Amino acid sequence: MTIFINESSKVIVQGMTGSEGTKHTRRMLISGTNIVGGVTPGKGGQVVEIEGRQLPIFNTVAEAMSATHANVSVIFVPPKFAKAAVIDAINAKMPLVVVITEGIPVHDSASFYTYAQSVGSTQIIGPNCPGLISPGKSNVGIIPADITGAGPIGLVSKSGTLTYQMMYELRDIGFSTAVGIGGDPVIGTTHIDCLRAFQDDPDTKAIVMIGEIGGDAEERAAAFISEYVTKPVVGYIAGFTAPEGKTMGHAGAIVSGSSGTAQGKKDALEAAGVKVGQTPSETARLLRAIMGR
Amino acid sequence: MDLFEYQARDIFEKHGVPVLAAAIATTAEEAEKAAEAIGGKVVVKAQVKVGGRGKAGGVKLAENPKDAREKADAILGMDIKGHTVRTVMIAAAAPIEAEYYLAILLDRSNRTFLVMASVSGGMDIEEVAHTAPEKLAKIPVSAVDGISLTKAKEIVAAAKFPADVADQVAEVLLKLWEVFQSEDATLVEVNPLVKTSDGKIVALDGKVTLDENADFRQPDHQGLVDEAGENPLEAAAKEKGLNYVKLEGEVGIIGNGAGLVMSTLDVVAYAGEKHGGVRPANFLDIGGGASAQVMADGLSIILGDKDVKSVFVNVFGGITACDSVANGIVQALELLGPKATKPIVVRLDGNSVLEGRAILKAAAHPLVEQADTMDGAANRAAELAAK
Repeated sequence: MTIFINESSKVIVQGMTGSEGTKHTRRMLISGTNIVGGVTPGKGGQVVEIEGRQLPIFNTVAEAMSATHANVSVIFVPPKFAKAAVIDAINAKMPLVVVITEGIPVHDSASFYTYAQSVGSTQIIGPNCPGLISPGKSNVGIIPADITGAGPIGLVSKSGTLTYQMMYELRDIGFSTAVGIGGDPVIGTTHIDCLRAFQDDPDTKAIVMIGEIGGDAEERAAAFISEYVTKPVVGYIAGFTAPEGKTMGHAGAIVSGSSGTAQGKKDALEAAGVKVGQTPSETARLLRAIMGR
Repeated sequence: MDLFEYQARDIFEKHGVPVLAAAIATTAEEAEKAAEAIGGKVVVKAQVKVGGRGKAGGVKLAENPKDAREKADAILGMDIKGHTVRTVMIAAAAPIEAEYYLAILLDRSNRTFLVMASVSGGMDIEEVAHTAPEKLAKIPVSAVDGISLTKAKEIVAAAKFPADVADQVAEVLLKLWEVFQSEDATLVEVNPLVKTSDGKIVALDGKVTLDENADFRQPDHQGLVDEAGENPLEAAAKEKGLNYVKLEGEVGIIGNGAGLVMSTLDVVAYAGEKHGGVRPANFLDIGGGASAQVMADGLSIILGDKDVKSVFVNVFGGITACDSVANGIVQALELLGPKATKPIVVRLDGNSVLEGRAILKAAAHPLVEQADTMDGAANRAAELAAK
């Protein structure tokens, strides 16, 4: 099994007719994702051909869902229009919405996250994330499908390229699902949500958790691991050398005062029994040692 | 982006938050004139984006314009925790009866907004938060519902503001919410919020942090950027659209993806421990789809840093193809010509890695060497920097 997406996921792409949307629709189709349509307000009724597939475009997510029975939406619209796109998906009660868009104002993401919680039918992943992949079954977002195949490792990460790096390090073992949750200050799915799902997924045997400076998500995840997770977890934290008060690329990656430091996160994880690697390669070695691979 | 106090004050005024008359000055003469215009006693306040300036001597009361000139002369040019004072704010002095605290901020942990309010405001609010947390009310605010007058009154009651100021404070909170929301702020803090001897509530000092992701709908915010205070390399990088942060070190870093670049800095710092303590010189994320031009821009920024002794290019090709990165490096070195003088260690993996490595091998540039792994490359770059 996998978490969040599998071979029966039916995916629509919000922003499919834009250049990013078209490019990544093609990549997702090539990696076997069942894409059933797209949403672009004002372009409903059009049909686009991508990789030999005839894909209908709808004006709203609700129309797309009733015509295609899609259960996942992935969003590639620019930051300016992202809030409206997510709200459209929430109103349609889309079960899973993956927001790839980078640079969304945090007032917008706080607002659509709060709204999604109040409606109660939609799980959001992202924003500013690479999406997620269950290798060989479904690939929603921009994670390269050819790094590795299916296997027993579950991976959750704030960072896209570190996700790829870690999948590459462990490519001979393979992954059940790898989830990039995004590096923004407000994200829809947290480390904890993924840890819970991996713990509950019988085919995931071990978990890699990648964090970075900023916020207290890793500290909370450590507390959750202590009380809920019995599968082996190894961790990696990026940003030990980041100075206080400087934002390191991700909008959320900033150390303010004593909070959000890499050392604090590492200490919290180790106190919860998680082995934390000093580099991505060492982290991979720790996991290999645990799995006997 | 953090604002200076005077910028926060101006934004407060624009949204109807009560503030005192004030003006800024960059010379002692300007300070004297500003004090004359305001009249009476004034406060001369260093404008730096760091806390603790009062305790550092950066805030002084002046009896008259001539005194304001002397105080400004002493404060201008002062170094407060590594920040040079280039501007002072001259503000009317107010007879203070009580000091309160009000803030609205993004609460990342709970993915919502939060109001913090206390009747024990002033310089020691952090101490209060630590030792007497019951004196600091923390009330969540929904990002959908925001703060209504009813909600503002609830918050004021929860923080136990005295009855004679409660309505005024609720009004101020409502206006601060307007600042927070309409300016796309992630922090709006007033400390102290004071009650003057005539019973008025006034925001005496403020801190505002703005969300740069919202710049597309906040055209005025461009004018708030402190260009004079920026590191020249950071300013040059920003002009080229590069995500660059200057650090204190010797190994220049270029990578793709914020997480991988942060990780690269760490790995270089660990490797540097074995090579005389060399450290990463910068953070530079070239993002996805690195063109030759982006690589050239990045390399020229890094090679323009006189502290840099070696460069580490660390790319994991996801969508980015390693062959275009390799072409980028080769073309960048052609563009830079004799300006490129530092050794460059390149580690490529992922999408089209074999093609990428072959391109670099064929180019055989004397400054470029390749490494198979991230840890190995970091070690080599640190070793070269230590020579």
